[in-house]
Amino acid sequence: MLSDFAVETLDLCRSFKLKKAKKENNDGLVTALDNVSLTIRKGELFGLLGPNGAGKTTLIKILSTLLLPTSGKALVDGIDVVRHPEKVRKRINMVTGGETSGYGILTVRETLWMFSQFYGIPTRIVRERIDHMLKLLDMEKFARTKIGKLSSGMRQKMNIIRGFICDPEILFLDEPTLGLDVQISRDVRKYIKRWVKENTKKTVLLTTHYMAEADELCDRLAIIDQGKVLICDSPSNLKKSLKRDAVFHIEVGLLTDGLDRFKAVSGVKSFAYEHRHHLGRTLLKFILEDDSVISNVTGTLSQNGSKIITLSKVEPTLEDVFVSLVGKGLEQ
Amino acid sequence: MKTDFKTNIKAIIARAYVRVVAGNREPSWVISETVLPLISTAAFVYVYKALNAPEEFTGFVVLGGAMSAYWMTVLWSMAAQFYWEKEIGNLDLYMIAPISRMSILLGMASGGFVYASVRAGSVFLLGSLIFKIDFGVIDFGRLFLIFILCQFALFGLGMLFSSLFMIYGREAWHGVSLFQEPVYLLSGFYFPVKSLGFTLALTASLIPLTLGLDGMRQLAFKKGVEMGFLNINLEIGILAFLCVFFMVASHYALQFMENLGKKTGRLTLRWQ
Ligand SMILES: Nc1ncnc2c1ncn2[C@@H]1O[C@H](COP(=O)(O)OP(=O)(O)OP(=O)(O)O)[C@@H](O)[C@H]1O
Ligand SMILES: [Mg+2]
Repeated sequence: MLSDFAVETLDLCRSFKLKKAKKENNDGLVTALDNVSLTIRKGELFGLLGPNGAGKTTLIKILSTLLLPTSGKALVDGIDVVRHPEKVRKRINMVTGGETSGYGILTVRETLWMFSQFYGIPTRIVRERIDHMLKLLDMEKFARTKIGKLSSGMRQKMNIIRGFICDPEILFLDEPTLGLDVQISRDVRKYIKRWVKENTKKTVLLTTHYMAEADELCDRLAIIDQGKVLICDSPSNLKKSLKRDAVFHIEVGLLTDGLDRFKAVSGVKSFAYEHRHHLGRTLLKFILEDDSVISNVTGTLSQNGSKIITLSKVEPTLEDVFVSLVGKGLEQ
Repeated sequence: MKTDFKTNIKAIIARAYVRVVAGNREPSWVISETVLPLISTAAFVYVYKALNAPEEFTGFVVLGGAMSAYWMTVLWSMAAQFYWEKEIGNLDLYMIAPISRMSILLGMASGGFVYASVRAGSVFLLGSLIFKIDFGVIDFGRLFLIFILCQFALFGLGMLFSSLFMIYGREAWHGVSLFQEPVYLLSGFYFPVKSLGFTLALTASLIPLTLGLDGMRQLAFKKGVEMGFLNINLEIGILAFLCVFFMVASHYALQFMENLGKKTGRLTLRWQ
């Protein structure tokens, strides 16, 4: 064991050159990571939560030796990813949501075997692990199916197994449940959780768009936006930080115009919304300085002619924490 | 270090497995990759017969038709391969694995060699039987040597292309398709390359198939030497040089491109 930390980054930055056509900002650079300093302890299930383009994938690519940082330092198990990538690679694996890796003509079993060989695992051991994992993820009957014929859910389960099969010290999961149905993502989450629990020194770094997933799975999480880490703590501490604020959810008939004006209402700390087209409603989410401010909000609504369908004060969720920091919801 | 070596060997075998086992799983290849090349080979055979060309030409053409399987494999399953692997997401996984990238390329090449040999062998056997080819092998040892050297150099070239094209997008694909037909002409698949004239034939010798085919023809047919391009030992020497050159070059090209890709972020950028 080289370090107590699975991952450490210090002032990590990464920017990309924009293609000529897109050079709107004068320097032609887009900053994907902006002085990111994080530490992830061994044995942690650590989450990265952030809107599209926040830099989550970029961070994972740097840690998995696929991308060089522009500046700053990144260590995996105490090893510098830039100076000794070959040593880092022995300790890691990575699974991405919606991944289409492998060859359509190979069966599930063959695919898993092939990828395990890149880690030098004896075929006998691989066979046992494949059987075991297929069973755990309820996929035994697909062992001989060609992967080109798998549904995307089954395919992603196989990808997950691929990530775990070489028994990495640190596993990077980039939106592992992207596009999966409720049942399959539950299976996948259960599996991830179980693995970290059974192997106390193994670490998972996971990115996700799903608040509930982050809340359920992660020991700690960092919220990142525009390449910056805004906060890093356990889900319960994060929620506690909002305890003193008043979080209100109001449902009105579908409302698509002029939503921004709610941000300007005095006493509103942050505001987000979610359209529920199937119900013909819009859910407005407010974080207020205190309960009394709600009258300002309802006043603005009635001025506008919007009828309130439901109004409730809610326990702060991770989403509210996100909204209060990022200034908008994940779906917005 | 020893375990690293073992892991790399395992990686080569695993990557070759895809081609060798899975590649022959769908029986439709027999039609598209044996019967079709035989038909175009037959066309040349009849042209030569109609022109009363020397008997040897029939054999030359069948050999060329068979060897075209290697060229197709190197172009489509080697040179364009890393680009394609990047698009489906395999390249990322190869890159994060604790193995040399050369092992992946070597696995691809050795698997591709077996895969192409099955096809080339079928075309060669069927062609020889149908057209009753009269062989007059002078020297089996050197015939085998020149065949092997030609293959190593050819797949080395494929590895070099694969590395060079790794971080490029569709341009690479188009580049590869540009090569297909001209090489059939330049390397003399269906005629002795000597007919191209010295300068052109020598330039074409950069593609290992040119001297490989010429050398094999010289050694496998009675009047082959008369129609040969260079002295057979010189051809062997040049092919040996190309082998080393392409292998070393692809190793460095791979390193260079990987670094460039990691710097610019193009290594894992897809669907561009
Ligand atoms: N290879 C690349 N070349 C150029 N720009 C890039 C590259 N990779 C990422 N970017 C840019 O960097 C920023 C961060 O991207 P990144 O993919 O890390 O975000 P993300 O948090 O993973 O987003 P998402 O939730 O959509 O997956 C984006 O603005 C993106 O356009
Ligand atoms: Mg991403």
